[in-house]
Amino acid sequence: MNLARPAAILAAILCLAASSDPDERLTDSRQEARARALFQETRCLVCQGQSIDDSDSELAHDLRRIIRGQVAAGRSDGAIRDFLVARYGEFVLFRPRLTATNTLLWGAPFLAAGLGVVLFLRRRKTRDAVAALTSEEEARLADLRGDDAFDTLPPESGCNKAAAITER
Amino acid sequence: MTAELGQFALVLALCLSLAQAALSFAGRARNDRGLAGAGQGAALAAFLAVAIAFGCLIHAFMTSDFSVSNVAANSHTEKPLIYKIAGAWGSHEGSILLWCFILTAYGALLACSRGLPSGLKALTVAVQGSLGTLFIGYMVFASDPLLRLANPPVEGRSLNPLLQDPALAAHPPFLYAGYVGFSVVFSLAVAALIEGRVDSAWARWVRPWTLAAWSLLTVGITLGAFWAYYELGWGGWWFWDPVENASLMPWLAGTALLHSAVVTEKRGALAAWTAFLGLCAFTLSMLGAFLVRSGVLTSVHAFAIDEKRGVLLLCILALAAGGGFGLFAWRAPRLKDQSVFAPVSRESALVVNNIILSAVTTTVLTGTLWPLVLLAFGKQGGVGAPYFNLVVGVLMTLAFLILPVAPFLAWKRGDALGALRRLSFAAAAAFGVGLLVLLLTSPRKGLAALSVAVGAWLAAGAVTEMLVRVRAFQAPWPEVGRRLSGLPRGTWGMSLAHLGLGVFAMGAAFETAWRVESAEVLTAGGGLSLGAYHLTLDGVSEAPGPNYDAERGVISVVDRSGHPVCTARPERRTYDTGGQTTTQVAICPKALDDIYIVLGERRIAPGGGSSWLVRAYWNRWAHLLLLGPLLMAIGGALSLSDRRLRLAPGRRRTPAAVLAPAE
Repeated sequence: MNLARPAAILAAILCLAASSDPDERLTDSRQEARARALFQETRCLVCQGQSIDDSDSELAHDLRRIIRGQVAAGRSDGAIRDFLVARYGEFVLFRPRLTATNTLLWGAPFLAAGLGVVLFLRRRKTRDAVAALTSEEEARLADLRGDDAFDTLPPESGCNKAAAITER
Repeated sequence: MTAELGQFALVLALCLSLAQAALSFAGRARNDRGLAGAGQGAALAAFLAVAIAFGCLIHAFMTSDFSVSNVAANSHTEKPLIYKIAGAWGSHEGSILLWCFILTAYGALLACSRGLPSGLKALTVAVQGSLGTLFIGYMVFASDPLLRLANPPVEGRSLNPLLQDPALAAHPPFLYAGYVGFSVVFSLAVAALIEGRVDSAWARWVRPWTLAAWSLLTVGITLGAFWAYYELGWGGWWFWDPVENASLMPWLAGTALLHSAVVTEKRGALAAWTAFLGLCAFTLSMLGAFLVRSGVLTSVHAFAIDEKRGVLLLCILALAAGGGFGLFAWRAPRLKDQSVFAPVSRESALVVNNIILSAVTTTVLTGTLWPLVLLAFGKQGGVGAPYFNLVVGVLMTLAFLILPVAPFLAWKRGDALGALRRLSFAAAAAFGVGLLVLLLTSPRKGLAALSVAVGAWLAAGAVTEMLVRVRAFQAPWPEVGRRLSGLPRGTWGMSLAHLGLGVFAMGAAFETAWRVESAEVLTAGGGLSLGAYHLTLDGVSEAPGPNYDAERGVISVVDRSGHPVCTARPERRTYDTGGQTTTQVAICPKALDDIYIVLGERRIAPGGGSSWLVRAYWNRWAHLLLLGPLLMAIGGALSLSDRRLRLAPGRRRTPAAVLAPAE
């Protein structure tokens, strides 16, 4: 559906991947890499769904300056994220943290997979029951032939089995 | 005159679709072949009517008839002809017309198809007609593509320059052909649920439509990603943007459907689940259309935001999906599932595939709709690439580990150890690739090397499967050749698609982990280093185009030993109309890699002269990202051609195809 493209995108393109602008970079390459990683998971709040790594808006510039400053000052990634959330709210993070509201978000895939597994196992169980009937049928047959095998069967499945046999 | 003819044709198409639905339903209800035949005729006529309207719109664009509002807003006399034509589907109204054109085309194909029992066919044509009525009705009443203007302008406002690109001109038709292809599967599922029969024969009719839609969608998504890669100039190819996710969700559901339909066809199992996925695939397509067209989610691709239309599209979605799933809830419990299979069997492997694909679809759906969920709680928020990469990455890795084993497992009860033994060569190859990548690339990244190895495992597994099938290295070579030529196309298709997936996974892992990025502000003669390459800006000159002015940089690329690799000419274009600026990326292909160069804005250098921001990426193994999906689409098309042969009774079949087990 990428049919049509927007003026919004243009703003982005004019100033593509602004964060790697040499004028802004930190001299320590390891610190710069850390700052870049943080940029990529920080939302540019005034742009449409872009990270501050991509955006050239004024806000993104300021945020990059602040984050680079904090990285240079030796603050940890966690502390910087906390600072951003305190200032702008959870919205600023592209990778939401595990909070009460976000449980559903992180849980959804596992929920879906779990549901699938449960459904599959339940299906298998009913299949097993059907398969088991054949052996019970044998027992029933044995019973009809005069053996005592019927006693060893659980009563409920015995009834099912009887019903199943009548059906056949 | 043509615009009025087109509008008339659209109203006619609406009536014909309605007739198609009514006549076909009546035909089924009364078991009247005449009525059902009339319904099929109406389906053909509806397609012709929409085709006439579509032709009128293209004519209006080609002749730059600015008295048509749509043309005035999206075209320009100076635009090259191909983009004038592509402009016909560049706007909201035009793209909905394209959607209806494809929808009715599938309806006509369905009406002409043979082999379906007449009752089921009448119902399917009826449901397809109902869908057509919904969408054509929406177009006629809320989104007229051929609306006239009382005071036509002298010149049009032109198509967004970013859209003036060959890949993007072809992207919507392929994408829509994929999306809308799932409408037939939807109709078949609804019809089968009404009939109360979802069995292996039904699954066999579903598969060709699914294969066609899936292959076209694969091509469409790839074209879109390719366009984003070279046109947006960000160096990336997938941004987990809502619009991109909207196209991925039906693809994932369609992939799951392809696999579950095999189980239903061969073993009669998972019937209800296959019907459910058939409903899901088209519902997700419609959801995508709604998300993109309504603007409820902020997207970098957001466009044509109109709340009234959004609400109408939501109503169509609710009506179609609600009807389909309601019917499913009512009828599915009655569907019988006959087969029994062991925990280790091909059925089980395909069930695991389906569980994982469903979990991935859920992830993409939840992540995409998350801003709306939070909004319901009065909060703002959303997720981005880091979330999707993590969750989808983990889930898909699981699926990829199991995938190569599945074709070696027998139906009903498989031998896992035996399968693994046959795959030992593939495992060794994957391990070797991973180890080589780990040792030879810098910086050293263990997890990324492991991901590449998983991709290699997929690719090697697909190759091994073919080798085992033809008994290569076991039987004498002439016999191997005979077996090879006798393999059904469906088998080729499956192996190619799996190979393509492995190739893609390797490329995605490698490119993401080892992309090298560099940027400098350069004056003429200045240079910057990019991994193993060195770039020099030789100069920048003016380069006027047909409807734009451009600055063109000449950048020579040399490798470490000083050998010239290529001369790149990236451009920065300013369009006459609207004054928009775009970047034209220069890409130097080098083996599997791309050297990707962008010319940025002009700056005033300290000395007073001009300087330019030059940004460059070394996108390693980027070609695999294109090759993989291409192989997958070819695989889908091959399987499809196989099905045709089998579906058309009485046609000559090659004796070899009879001997080989048809898979």
